[in-house]
Amino acid sequence: MTATPHLLDVKGLTISYKVNRRWLPAVRDFQLQLRRGQILGLVGESGSGKSTIALALLRYLSVNGRVEGGGALQFAGDDLLRKSEAELRQIWARRIKFVPQNAGAALNPSIKIGAQVTEALRAASNLDRGEAQARMMRVFHDVRLVDPERVAQRYPHELSGGMQQRVTIAMALICNPELLIMDEPTTGLDVTTEAAILDRLRNLIAERETGVIYITHNLGVVAQLCERVIVLYAGEIMEEATALDLFQRPKHPYTQGLISSVPQLGQSKRAVQLQAIAGNPPSLTRRPGGCVFAERCPAVIELCREQKPPLEKLGDGSLIRCHRWEDLHAGIRPPPPNPLPHEEGGGFPIRSPLLFSPSLPVGEGAGGWGASSETLLQANNLSKRFPVARSLRELLARVEPAPIRAVDGVDLRLRAGQTLGLVGESGSGKTTLARLIIGLEERDGGSLELLGMDVRNRVRDRSQDVLSKIQMVFQNPQNSLNPYVTVGQAIRRPLIKLRGLAPAAAEAETLALLGRVNLRPEYAERYPDELSGGEKQRVAIARAFASDPDLVICDEPVSALDVSVQSAVLNLLADLQAEDGAAYLFISHDLAVVGYLADRIAVMYLGQLAEVGDARELFQPPYHPYTEALVSAIPVADPRRSTERILLSDNLPSAQNLPSGCRFHTRCPRKIGELCEREEPPWRADDGGHRIRCHIPLEELATTQRRLTLAGEGD
Amino acid sequence: MLLFLRRRFLFFFFTYLLSSLTIFFLLRILPGDPARVIAGGREATAEQVAEIRAELGLNAPLPEQYVSWVGNFLRGDWGDTIAFRGAKNYDLIIERSLNSARLAAVALLMSVPLSLVLGVIAGLFENKLPDILISLLTLSVVSLPEFVTGLFLINIVALRWGSSELAQSLGWWFPSSSAVRADASFGAMLPFLWLPAFAATLVMLAYISRLTRAGVIEELKRDYVRTAALKGIAWRTVIWRHVLRNALLPTITVIALSISWLISGLVVIEYVFGFPGLGSLLITAIERRDLLLAQAIAMITVTVILFANLFADVAYALLNPRVELS
Repeated sequence: MTATPHLLDVKGLTISYKVNRRWLPAVRDFQLQLRRGQILGLVGESGSGKSTIALALLRYLSVNGRVEGGGALQFAGDDLLRKSEAELRQIWARRIKFVPQNAGAALNPSIKIGAQVTEALRAASNLDRGEAQARMMRVFHDVRLVDPERVAQRYPHELSGGMQQRVTIAMALICNPELLIMDEPTTGLDVTTEAAILDRLRNLIAERETGVIYITHNLGVVAQLCERVIVLYAGEIMEEATALDLFQRPKHPYTQGLISSVPQLGQSKRAVQLQAIAGNPPSLTRRPGGCVFAERCPAVIELCREQKPPLEKLGDGSLIRCHRWEDLHAGIRPPPPNPLPHEEGGGFPIRSPLLFSPSLPVGEGAGGWGASSETLLQANNLSKRFPVARSLRELLARVEPAPIRAVDGVDLRLRAGQTLGLVGESGSGKTTLARLIIGLEERDGGSLELLGMDVRNRVRDRSQDVLSKIQMVFQNPQNSLNPYVTVGQAIRRPLIKLRGLAPAAAEAETLALLGRVNLRPEYAERYPDELSGGEKQRVAIARAFASDPDLVICDEPVSALDVSVQSAVLNLLADLQAEDGAAYLFISHDLAVVGYLADRIAVMYLGQLAEVGDARELFQPPYHPYTEALVSAIPVADPRRSTERILLSDNLPSAQNLPSGCRFHTRCPRKIGELCEREEPPWRADDGGHRIRCHIPLEELATTQRRLTLAGEGD
Repeated sequence: MLLFLRRRFLFFFFTYLLSSLTIFFLLRILPGDPARVIAGGREATAEQVAEIRAELGLNAPLPEQYVSWVGNFLRGDWGDTIAFRGAKNYDLIIERSLNSARLAAVALLMSVPLSLVLGVIAGLFENKLPDILISLLTLSVVSLPEFVTGLFLINIVALRWGSSELAQSLGWWFPSSSAVRADASFGAMLPFLWLPAFAATLVMLAYISRLTRAGVIEELKRDYVRTAALKGIAWRTVIWRHVLRNALLPTITVIALSISWLISGLVVIEYVFGFPGLGSLLITAIERRDLLLAQAIAMITVTVILFANLFADVAYALLNPRVELS
C-alpha cells in the first residue's frame, strides 16, 4: 500500500475567501486520500464548501479565493500546490477532469457540441480532425448518447438537460483522465435520467480505473455509488467512513440527522414523522468558535460551544469530529429538556426526544388527516395545447404545425382534506396541469368544478370565493416573494383582499400565521433577502394559508431546499393539513417525498395520467411499467439495498409529436407488441380505486413485477 | 425565423409610418408660412401667397396633404429648393447624403476597431490599471460635446501642430477646415475627412467600448469559461475562441445603433468643420425656412436610422443561435 502513492492525498487544506477585505476560511483543515478506481463521495449542503474544495483540488479558485499555507495537495506523488500555470494546464488537459453541476451553463452556447468536445481532446493530444471525430463518436456511444452524429452538429440549447450532462461527462472521459472530480453532475435531472447516467458512470469508471471524487447532497446517490464518504458541514469534515458504515452506523449527530431527515420510499405521514435538524447552516461570516454544528445539534453540551472538537482518526480508518460521539455511541442521551436553540434564527424544534430514531412513529390514525368522501375538486378531460410557430417549410407547404399537447384529457378527483401527489418526469405536464387548476393558464377543453361549482377558466373571471379557496406554493421561494415587500405585508395582503379582514384583525392574524409556520413575530418586519431558503418557503406557505384555502397546490415546494431543512417543511405541511383540513395537490419529482405526504398518487406521462392509486399501493405491483421504472430509479440511501434498475432512455418523445397508441411504448420495457403502438390502452381498475392504463392485465403485471422492500419492512 | 422577420418588418413599417406622421405634422405647426417664404417673404402680396399655397397643395385637408406628401417622397419628387435656387431637393440631398456617408464610413472604420480593442482590454483587466486608464480616457472624452472636441482638433492639431516646422518637414498636414466642394471625388475629399471623423470617433468610443467591456466581464464569469480553461487550452485561446464570441454579440446592436447616433452627431461636426454633408444642409434649410428641404432631410435620416436598427436585430438573430425566433 505504501509503495504506491495515493492518487490523491490531501492534508490540512484550508481555503479562504476574501469578504469585505477580510480573508475568511470557507474550508478548514480538509483531508482525503483516494486510490485509483475508487469513488469517494463528498456530501454536504449548500455552503458546506464542497464546490470550493473541488475547485481548490484543481487549483482553479476564483481570484477572491486562496489556499492557505501549511496544507499538502499531492496528486500521484506530485505536489499540485507547486505547479506552474503551464504545468497545471498540462494536468487539466490530460490527467484531472472536472464535470460541473449545471451542464447547460457549462457548455459554450454559441459553439457546436462536436467542436467543443474535440477541442478538449485536441488540447490533450495531437490527433488530427478525423481521429478526434472518431474518438468522440466512441465516447458519445460510451455515455449512451442517442444519435451521436446529430448531437455533434447541435448547439447546447438544442439538447435536453440529460443529454447536455452526458456531453460534459463525455468531454471529461475522452482523454482517459486519472482523476475525475464531479460536482453534483446529476442534480436537476429526472430520476430516470439520473439512474441511467449513474449506471453508465459506474461501468465506465470501473473499466478505466479512474479515481473519482463525487460531490453531491443526495445521500441516495452516495449510497449507491461511493465506496467511502466524507460528510462536510460548514467547511469542516464531520465524519469520514465507508459508505456501508456511514449509513448503518453513523457516528456524528449531523450525519444521523441527515440520514433520518430524508424520507424513504414507503414512509407515510400517517405512520412516521420525519426527523428534522433545527435551524440553518451558519454563514461564512458567522462561523461559531466551537463545534460548527453545535447550534443545531440535539446532543450539544457546554464543551461543544467552547472548544472545537478535533478530527479523530479511529482504528478502522474512519474519521470523526465530535466531542460526544463515544457517549452517543454508548447510548448516553442529552439530558432533557433539550437545550435547543429554537428561539434563535427561526429554528424548528426537533419533535423527537430520541436523537437517532430514524423517524418518529406516530400511532395509526393519529393526526387529523381524515379525508372525507366529499369531492372538493373534479377535473374532467382537462387539456391545454400550446401553439407552435410555423417553420419556413410548413409555411410553404401551407400546413399548420402540430401544437404541443402539454395536458391532454386529464380526469382528476380530489377529496376534501386529501393530498393528491402528482409525479412524472420533467416535460410530463405536471406543472401545466397545476397552472390550469389555479388559472395561470387557460384550459382549451374540459371542465373544472370546485365543490360542485364551475370554476371559470381565467383567473380574472374567477370569484373572490374561488380565488381564496385555491392557493399555491411555488418551487422557488426566492422568486415567488417580492423582495421589496416585508413578510408581514406579503401575508397581510390576502388576509385583507381575500378574507376581507379589517387591518387590525389582519395584523393579529398575520402574527398567528407566522406562529403556525414556526417563525417568530419579528419576522413580519423582515424582507425576504434577510431569510434563509427554508424560512422563505415557510413564509410562502403562510401566505398560501392566509386566505383559509380548501386546496393548496404545492409545486415542488421542497426541491430548492437543503436536505436538512426539507424535512422540517414537509412536517409543517403535514401539520397544517392535520389542523386545517386543506387538500393538497402536491407535485414533485421525488417519489419518496410524494409518497410521504400523499394519500393518493397520480403518475403523469406526456400529458396524460398513466396510473392513479392510493399512496400505499402505488409503490407495489401491480404498477404501470412507467411507474415501475420511476420507482426502480430512485437511489435508495442504503448501500446494501441496491435495487435492480429499469433504465429508460432519456429520449422523452416530444409533446408536439406524440407516439401513437400507448404514449409510453417507445420507452416501455414491457411492451407486448404492435398492439401497444396501435391502440390506446384501456384503464384497468381494481376494486380499491387503483387504476392503470396499460394493455397488460393487472394480474399479469402483479405476478411479473418485483416487489420492493420498502422502509420499515424486512431488513 | 420567418415569423421573427415578419414581425420585425411589420414593426419597421409602423415605426416608419409613425415617424413620418410626426415629421409631417411637427413641421406644419411650426411658426412661419412656407408659402410666404417661397413667395418672397414680407414683400409678397396676399395673392402671390395664395397662389403658391394652391400650387403646393396647402389648401387641401391635412390627411390629403400627408398622403400626397408621402407619395411624392416615395417617387423622389421632393420639391424645389428655396435655399439654393434652381436646385432640386432630391439631387441636393442625395449628393450631400453621399458626402455624409463617406464621413460616417471613415468615422466607423476608425471608431469600431479602436473601441472594441479598448473595451476588450478594459474588460480583461477589470478594475486594474489598464481598465482604469481606458475608462478614464473614454469617459472624459464622451462628456465633451462634439463642438468642443471639434474646435480642439481644429485649433491644436490642425493649426498649432500643423504649422510647426517639425510637422511641415514630416508632411504632417491636417486641414483646419473641411469645406470642400460638395461634388469632389472621394479621393480628393479624403484628407479633409480625417479630423471630423476623429471628432465623431472620440464620442462613439465611450459607448462602444463601455458596452464591450461590460460584455467581456459578464461572459468571463460564466461557467463555460471554466469548462474551457479546464480543458487545458491556453488562456489566450479561451478568450479568443470562447469569450469574445459571446461577448461581442451584443456589441453588434450597439454599433448599428451608433450609426443613428452618428447621424445626429455629424450635424454639429459637419457644421464646425464646414463640411458639405447632410447635417450642414439641414442647418441651412432650417435657417432659411426651407420647409420641404428640412422635411426631406428628416425623412432620409429616419430611414437610415430605422434600417440600421432593422439590420442590427436581424444580424443579431442570425449570429446568435440562442435567440428564440418564434
